[in-house]
Amino acid sequence: MTTTSAPKTETSTAVNKPTATRITMVEALNRAIREEMERDETVLCLGEDVGVDGGVFRVTKGLLEQFGRDRVVDTPLSEAGIVGTGIGLALGGMRPICEIQFSGFLNFAFEQIQPHCSRFAQRTSGGRRVPMVIRAPSGGGIRALEHHSESEEAMYVHTPGLITVMPSGPANAYGLMKAAIRSNDTVMFFEPKSVYRAVKEEVPENGEPLALGKAAIAQEGTDLTVVTWGAMVRRTKQATEKLDASVEILDMLTLNPFDHDAIIRSVSKTGRLVVVHEAPRTGGLAGEIFARVCEDAFYHLRAPMRRVCGWDVPYPLLARENAYLPDVERIAAAIHKTLGEE
Amino acid sequence: MTGNPDTQATAAGRSFTIPPVVRCLDESGALVPGVQPLLEDKHVRKVYEHMTRARMLDARMLKLQRQGRIGTFAPSFGQEASQVGAMAALMPGDWFVPSFREMAAALYRGASNSKDTIKQILLYAMGFEEGSVVPAGSRDLPVSIPVGGQSAHAAGLAWAMKLRKDKGCAIGFFGDGATSEGIVHESMNFAGVLKLPVIFFCQNNQWAISTPRIHQTASDTIAQKAIAHGIHGVQVDGNDVLAVYQVVLEAARRARESNEATLIEAITFRRGVHTTADDPRVYRSAEEEERWTSKDPIQRVHDFLTARGAWSQADQDALETKINDEIAAALLEAEAFRDGSPDPLIMFDHVYETMDPYLARQREEAREAFEGRLVISGKGKAKVGTGSTAVVGELEMAED
Repeated sequence: MTTTSAPKTETSTAVNKPTATRITMVEALNRAIREEMERDETVLCLGEDVGVDGGVFRVTKGLLEQFGRDRVVDTPLSEAGIVGTGIGLALGGMRPICEIQFSGFLNFAFEQIQPHCSRFAQRTSGGRRVPMVIRAPSGGGIRALEHHSESEEAMYVHTPGLITVMPSGPANAYGLMKAAIRSNDTVMFFEPKSVYRAVKEEVPENGEPLALGKAAIAQEGTDLTVVTWGAMVRRTKQATEKLDASVEILDMLTLNPFDHDAIIRSVSKTGRLVVVHEAPRTGGLAGEIFARVCEDAFYHLRAPMRRVCGWDVPYPLLARENAYLPDVERIAAAIHKTLGEE
Repeated sequence: MTGNPDTQATAAGRSFTIPPVVRCLDESGALVPGVQPLLEDKHVRKVYEHMTRARMLDARMLKLQRQGRIGTFAPSFGQEASQVGAMAALMPGDWFVPSFREMAAALYRGASNSKDTIKQILLYAMGFEEGSVVPAGSRDLPVSIPVGGQSAHAAGLAWAMKLRKDKGCAIGFFGDGATSEGIVHESMNFAGVLKLPVIFFCQNNQWAISTPRIHQTASDTIAQKAIAHGIHGVQVDGNDVLAVYQVVLEAARRARESNEATLIEAITFRRGVHTTADDPRVYRSAEEEERWTSKDPIQRVHDFLTARGAWSQADQDALETKINDEIAAALLEAEAFRDGSPDPLIMFDHVYETMDPYLARQREEAREAFEGRLVISGKGKAKVGTGSTAVVGELEMAED
């Protein structure tokens, strides 16, 4: 699993023309971070086991060897310390990429994220910003130990001042990571760990960042809109293969501030909405999306909106994981039911 | 890669004891035998001026709060030597990371325009973000309220300086109470392991609201907590401005030259209230407060200067007039701003570097909702009594 030079095709021409190889999300993230570190010497990585070990999921593999110990830092075991010193680094002119080993451990750092990362710019009338990426593997589906499978994005979406993103595949992970690193706001970057190695896609070298705040149409359709993100994008596609209907799938990519207009456009077109997310139902982002549709597309709706989510229970141990996460059958059933109503 | 070559390194040659408390001036303002001040008289006069300004502004702000003209604030009454002595030992290029009780230090940092600095302090206390705007080139962070959290920012700023080969240091302030928060220890730990040029300055003012120092930690000293983290630990008489200056100067040199961090415990006393929403009579004795009066930091340096013929009553009168004029001018401007219909919508404008469309829409909704009416809370209600209701902010009070 290497991210070194891509095989040049016979048609590659101009010096900066991006070349692509089919790589996994882990490799895509690695490439994005590496290229941004090459491009901007103020970018550095810090976190537990990110250097010598290359990260427990190998997202930062090879970076220590290339950039050295000043720019790829194995920190002590302290999430609050990682994010807190990261804030100082950012205020002091650096662009830190803080890795939190699993999103479940972000809680230690939340006392830095909400009071400071999210508020510095507003409270200083823009005088001080915290340009920082806080990245963490998120979500379930890998039969992991307790505390390693949750989806916490709603807590961060509900914290104004943060940008929160979640890619769904290698190509958008690459583009979003570049955008996140270049952003002058603090970006919470949730990486769906079940997708880390599950999919390979064409990803350019020295390619462009993907605009934050923009959703992508993962699949075009006319009968119903599914809004989803992360690992559920692929699962939703699988669910629609079983159905005799034209389903549009909107991949949120940025969870906050999200692409309100794209959702309204799609639901105005199809008249039907299902939202799918791993995170628990109550207080989850599906509710927010429903509220927005009520605000701007209520009279286009032809059926009640539905959601397929994790249940309102703490994430179970791995034996019951598949009973917790939205599966293809539940997603298909929700779409089918919504299609059947008039 | 066969492993980290530093895993076998140990902290060599570091003592497991804290040196005696550093002192230069005794309570009467006389030099402790064997000590020569590091500052010439003209600089000590300047330091005295800054301490006096802090004391006078503090007293004035307490009155303003009782009148409802500013909101809750945390006085630094009694802690002027700790703060001014520390900042006097540092350069403008060093980072200043306060908690919420470092007004005297902030005044020192803003002394090139005291009137504007005072205005900023008043605007913040009135609840306006305009009080935290950042002057160009400033290396001062704004007030930090969640206790202890800013110690990590100080460590991170020091780290940035080291990476950028900026031969400066960062000083992070916190109180004795903060040393019970994990983040302070996490920050010291980072500073030790990563060799960060940071000064952790603990103002041990003996009280965290109503919790006395002995109920905050079973350690004999706060300074010794440095030993556990492999950094230097020093105790200093926090009411002795010359001693504070000396230890911070030394810590800054150690930071700049060797990237070694220091925890300084400045032993002082919170002569006033925790915040204006507090009533110390509930939990501490008048006797203790009286006992610390003779240790007052400003009286001490005043007596030192007058004994040397370096300060006169005429100097005192001129200084107090100057400071009162500064405060009056600043207050006039701040109140004019508050009473001049400030725009409520600016709270939308800097949240993100680029406002997203949905937030812009909310801003417009807010603008329409507020059309033709004043929604900014200007002056609050005047307080009755001395804060015995012990609330932070202004609770609505039921009628009988």
